[in-house]
This record gives sequence, C-alpha cells and structure tokens, in this order.
Amino acid sequence: MSTFRIGRHLRSRIHLVWMFISLMIIILLPFILGIGLYIKSILLLEEKSLWDLLFSSDWRPLSGNFGFLSFAISSLWVTALSLLIAGPICLLTAIHLTQYAKKWVLKIMHPVIDILAGIPSVIFGVWGILVIVPFISRYVAPVFGIETSGYTILAGSIVLAVMIIPFILNILIEVFRMIPDELKEASLSLGASKWQTIKLVLIRKAFPGILSAFGLGISRAFGETIAVLMVVGNVAKIPTGVFQAGYPLPALIANNYGEMLSIPMYDSALMLAALILFCVVLIFNFLSRILIMRSEKITN
Amino acid sequence: MRKLKYIEEKFFRVLMFFSTTLIVMVLLLIIFSILYKGLPSLSWEMISQTPKGGFYFGKEGGILNAIIGSLYLSIGATLLAFVIGLPVALFMNVYLVKFKKTVNTIRFFLDLLWGIPSIVYGAFGFTIMIYLGLKTSLLAGIITVTLFIIPIMVRAMDEVLKTVPFGLLETSLSLGSTRSETAYKVFLRQASPGLVTAVLLSFGRAIGDAASVLFTTGYTDHIPTSLTQPTATLPLAIFFQLSSPIEEVQNRAFASAVILTVIILIISILARLYSRKYQKHKINF
Repeated sequence: MSTFRIGRHLRSRIHLVWMFISLMIIILLPFILGIGLYIKSILLLEEKSLWDLLFSSDWRPLSGNFGFLSFAISSLWVTALSLLIAGPICLLTAIHLTQYAKKWVLKIMHPVIDILAGIPSVIFGVWGILVIVPFISRYVAPVFGIETSGYTILAGSIVLAVMIIPFILNILIEVFRMIPDELKEASLSLGASKWQTIKLVLIRKAFPGILSAFGLGISRAFGETIAVLMVVGNVAKIPTGVFQAGYPLPALIANNYGEMLSIPMYDSALMLAALILFCVVLIFNFLSRILIMRSEKITN
Repeated sequence: MRKLKYIEEKFFRVLMFFSTTLIVMVLLLIIFSILYKGLPSLSWEMISQTPKGGFYFGKEGGILNAIIGSLYLSIGATLLAFVIGLPVALFMNVYLVKFKKTVNTIRFFLDLLWGIPSIVYGAFGFTIMIYLGLKTSLLAGIITVTLFIIPIMVRAMDEVLKTVPFGLLETSLSLGSTRSETAYKVFLRQASPGLVTAVLLSFGRAIGDAASVLFTTGYTDHIPTSLTQPTATLPLAIFFQLSSPIEEVQNRAFASAVILTVIILIISILARLYSRKYQKHKINF
C-alpha cells in the first residue's frame, strides 16, 4: 500500500517538474529570441550606429550600405493604411453585432470571423494577386489617372486590412460586451436615442479598449510577411503615394534569406531588421495590453 | 434638430449593416475566387504524385511532397507544442489557481508572445539552426513552428481550463487525489472538447504559416524520410509556383491554394463539430 502511495506522489512530483520546465521554456523564449537576434546584429551595429541605419535610404548590401529608411517607411505606409481601412469597418461591425444585430446574425458572423482568422496568409496573398491587384490596376488607378501594374502599397494595405479585420473585430466585440448595461439604460432613460447613447456613452466608455484593439491590429499588420510580400511590389525606394510599390521590412527579410548567408554583414542586417520588427511589435503589444487591463479594471 | 438625430442614426445603421455584410462578402469572395481559379487545374495527379522532371516548366507531377511535408511538419510541431503547452496550461489553472497575480502575469506574457510575427521566429530559428550546425530540415522547421504555436496553444487551452469550476478542483483534492491527478484526470477530461479545439486551432496555424518555415525547412521534390532532410511545405509550394512566369505552373499554384484552403476549412469545421459533440461529457454544475 505504501509503495503505491510513493508511486503516486513521485509521479505527481515528476509532473510538477515537467510543468515547471515547460513554463520556464515559454517564459525564457522571448528573452532568448531578443538576445539571439541582438547577438547576430551586433556585427552591423558595431560598424554603424542604429540612427544612421534607420535614417538612411541607401540600400546596397554588396557595397556595405544598409539603410533601412525606405523599408521602414513602406512598413509604416502599409500598416497605417490597412488600419485606416480595417478600423472603421471593425468599429461599425462590432457596434452592429453587439447593439443592433439579431441572434441569427451573430450565429452567422461567429464562424465567418473564425474562418477568416484561420485562413493562411499565403491564401490571402493569392487572393490579392487574383482580385485586388487587377482591380487596382484596372479600375482604381485609372480613376486617378495613374498607370500601374497594381502591385502597390494600396494592394498590400487592402489585403492586410482583410487579414487584421477578424483579429481587431474579436477584441472590439469583447470590449463592447464588457460595458455594463446600466450605463446604457441610464442614458436611454434620460431620453437619449439609441445612437446617441452609442456615440456619447458606449464609444466614450470603450475608448481605451478601442485604442488597444487598434494597437494590437497595428502590431499584427506590422509583422505580416507573405501576403504583403506577394502583392506589394517590392521596390526598395521610399514610396510617396499609395499607387507606388513598397518594400516593407518583413518582405525584405523573407526575400533575401537565400543570399544573406554569403555575406556576414548582410546576414547581420537582416537579423537587425528582424530585431527591429520584434521590438516594434512587442512595444505596441505591450502598450495595448496594458491599456486593455487598465480599462478592464476600471469597468470592474 | 430632432429629426437630424434620427437621420444620423439611420445613416450609421446603414453603414453598419454594410460593413457587416462586407466582411461576409469578402470571405465568400476569397473562397470563391480561389476555388474558381484553382478547381479547373486541380487533378488527382496533383494530389497523388511528387514533382517529376520538368514539373516547374509545366510538365507532369503533383505536390504530394508538399502536402505530406506540411502534414509531417504541423503534426510534429503540434505534438511537441502539446507536450510543452498542456502542462503549462494545467499548471496555471490547477497549481497556480490561488496565485492570481502570477497567473495573470503569465497570461500577459503569453499574449505578448502571441503577437510576435512568424518571420521573427523564422529568422531566429534560422540563427539557432546555423548555431547548432543543422541544415535546413524537417527538424529545424518543426522546432521553429513549435516555438511559434506554443503561445497560441497555451493561451487557447488556458481560456478553456479557466472555465472549469473551482468546486471540481476542491472536490478532487478533498477526495485525496494529488494535484497532478486532478490536473490530468479531472481537468483534462472536463475540458477535453475545448482542448481538442485548441489543438486543432494550433494545427491550422502550423500548417498555414509560411514565413517561419521559409528559412528553416528548405524545399525539395522528395517526401522526407527522416527528420534531418529538407521538406517542402504547402504554403511555400504555392508561393514558389506562383512566382513562376509559366502559366501552367501558376495555375498549379492556384490548385495548391485550393488544397490548402480545403484543409484549413476541414480543420475549422472539425473543431466546431468536436466541441459541440463532446460537450455532453462535461459535468455540469
């Protein structure tokens, strides 16, 4: 009997140890990630200051010039524009689904959002090439009197917008659900119309949540690689309009992985790009999550 | 003035309706356009054969190598992530349940990790690979993808385990079972439908991601027979074939996209069905 007991407790011990090791692996992971990328990028950082690298647009890896500016600006363009497209759509849909929509609409929308979130980025890229790129080159650009192949910042942003919609929408729905009903009832009973209540009470109350949903959307958009890479054109030059080709940071890394091995400095530059991506995404994620936690605390 | 406020509401209600419909339409458009373009080029040969000579010039062959490769890769990564992820999720909800602050910190941490783009994992995986002297291989890919899906899996499992009632933990412990028995026998069973959904979700992530395997698995026309061989994957097969200037190869990319889409759709339907069907094994309070 007693050996049986020892066996049980021993087993429990072993499980505990393994759980603890697993947890440590996960907790250490981001630090190892950051340090690993940093060690790789030291080679380049010793040669040039981060400032010079970020604010130079001279990208000639073979002669040792690594200016990230055009890539960084492309990334900013694509990210900002995609949020500009996805943001209002998500906000309107989230309000519709939480305030107005009937049950059956929700029943349809839940799987729609889930499936949209689950579609691999390559598929979004293929769709972009099939639909968005020709659409821009044939219908949108001519309206502005511009001739383009369609592989543009705009195409990248639209595809990206569709990709981040389910992500932002899920958070927004959660945010609007968290708002206590009493607030709404108080406003309605004072004679405000439903829309006035939404505009003046709900949105104001949900504002931090909305901001953080957008922040998380930004961090998602900033790091998206394959889909954007497929439709954005990939020309290393500072874009000045939405109908020009861009070359965001993730695309830069993905496109040059083959060549980078031959030149250590090139390798280092791409790892630095990955590190920059890592840091920007972490910062946006961190701020947004903090904001969400704060607003949850207030509502509770 | 009074009228204006109703006109405004009407206006925004129409806008809201349109944006909701737009999202549904976009999803339908994506699926439809992929099927429309890909189905005509889809054949049994595509699914059942590996690339033959001249495949990339439009000659015979299929993408069996990529399908099998993707399955190997994502099954391997999902298993590995499960072995690390499940204990962590259980640890958080059975052992640390009294330490709210610690659990919330871990959750916060996982949420941060979830946001890291897969290309960063890819670049990191590549660095580790070089450091360890590995070549592009199935193993390197599995490790990279595992790192990428662990936060997703743990967070999804945690979301499920969170809903297990506290009374169940107390009951189990008061009957004399150890914490690990409570975790693996009681919690696991109670939460199993949700856990399966979490695993399937991670599997879907693993099979669909291209950026993390771009650096690490390489690409080959053969079906890998060991962990140290390079492997083709479906997303990369689509990506590479699409960048070909030859139309037939491009059409095959669209057909490959159909295959990947169908796999993803099957996974998401399975996840839904499973979580509904096994709901009844739950103990209700």
